[in-house]
Amino acid sequence: MAAPETFPLHGALHGWDWLQLFGHFLLLSLLSVGGALTTAPEMHRYLVLQQRWLGEAQFSSSITLAQAAPGPNILFVALLGWNLGMNSGGPLLALAGVVLALTGILLPSTIVTHLASQWGHRNRHLRPVRAFKQGMAPVVIGLMLATGWILARASQAGIPGWPLWLLTAATALLIWRTRLHVLWLLAAGALLGILGVV
Amino acid sequence: MTKGGPPDADPPPFPFPRVTMAEHETQPEAAPGPRSLTDLFLSFTWLALQGFGGVMAVAQRELVERKRWLTRAAFLEEWAVAQIMPGPNVMNLSLVIGGRSFGWRGALAAMAGMLTLPLLLVLVLAVAYGRFGQHPAVARALRGMGAVAAGLILAAGLRLSGGLKGHPLGGLACGALAVAAFGGVALLHWPMPFVLLGLGSAACLATYARLDP
Repeated sequence: MAAPETFPLHGALHGWDWLQLFGHFLLLSLLSVGGALTTAPEMHRYLVLQQRWLGEAQFSSSITLAQAAPGPNILFVALLGWNLGMNSGGPLLALAGVVLALTGILLPSTIVTHLASQWGHRNRHLRPVRAFKQGMAPVVIGLMLATGWILARASQAGIPGWPLWLLTAATALLIWRTRLHVLWLLAAGALLGILGVV
Repeated sequence: MTKGGPPDADPPPFPFPRVTMAEHETQPEAAPGPRSLTDLFLSFTWLALQGFGGVMAVAQRELVERKRWLTRAAFLEEWAVAQIMPGPNVMNLSLVIGGRSFGWRGALAAMAGMLTLPLLLVLVLAVAYGRFGQHPAVARALRGMGAVAAGLILAAGLRLSGGLKGHPLGGLACGALAVAAFGGVALLHWPMPFVLLGLGSAACLATYARLDP
């Protein structure tokens, strides 16, 4: 079971530790260029390997769950906070952990991005601003395709197989070319998984 | 735009700064943006709730094709900002769009919409996973959903490539840049920030040279 008490407990966090965690996340927030999951390797190093506050399984299930659930992938940070709190005492601390982790990872980046985007909008007619926004577009598309590719490979973890690639490709084609709703495809994916087809 | 249906018959006046960048993006069929803070909150809640496997894939469909708050080209531009700035990119996108219309209050409303309900759901899921997570059927279902989620993001990228029409660099150069960014990150595993800075600055400089002052 993945219930926290069955993990060999990796030291509970105490007052000072929480502050340290908060500080670390504030710093990571400013470095988190390129998406929610780009900070995951560093969080893993810090929380699992260095501080031993979290177990491997808790870390990886946090990411999988956040991806399976609706909503932004950054919610995996909320789940990390949840697990840290559960390891340290129980549901109340876990809720505090959620708030602390999310605030830490979002506050600095939000302030910086908001100020920068307001500035960019006020100066949107300047040639450098236009060049920046339009010039980035093709690179952004390439990065989106790369993210899809990386996620496709991640879903193969352990047991790679062509049916999974086929499912990914079919989804991409259907969504690209038709107006089929996303939820149908996700349900189909879950069903194919349960039936053992992919 | 290739896709847009008939332009909205009677677009209401714009009570807030519209998203207009350069001449070629000001397509008439982009409807005005969000009406109120509540509209922002609810729209982004709905957007987030459809975003299984990440919101990136549905953001384009919902904001450009259904709500028409942005044209495809404008969406790409805002997306570029969201990508290059620190912070999760879908959160950045919501705060940029919210901030455009209602300043920092709009940014907060959009971000709150994006987070509140999904956060509650994911916590419920975490508790449930603690109980049933070891069941093999759950793991297999997640695997299948993961593959679909990957396909969703690929599709969003393919759809957005339509927004490159009329790009100052031309189709060939745009395609080469996209392929290079994909290859660098997906196949060669270069860190994404380096790719953004390296290829991105080359692309921006080339675009700068082609733009009218």
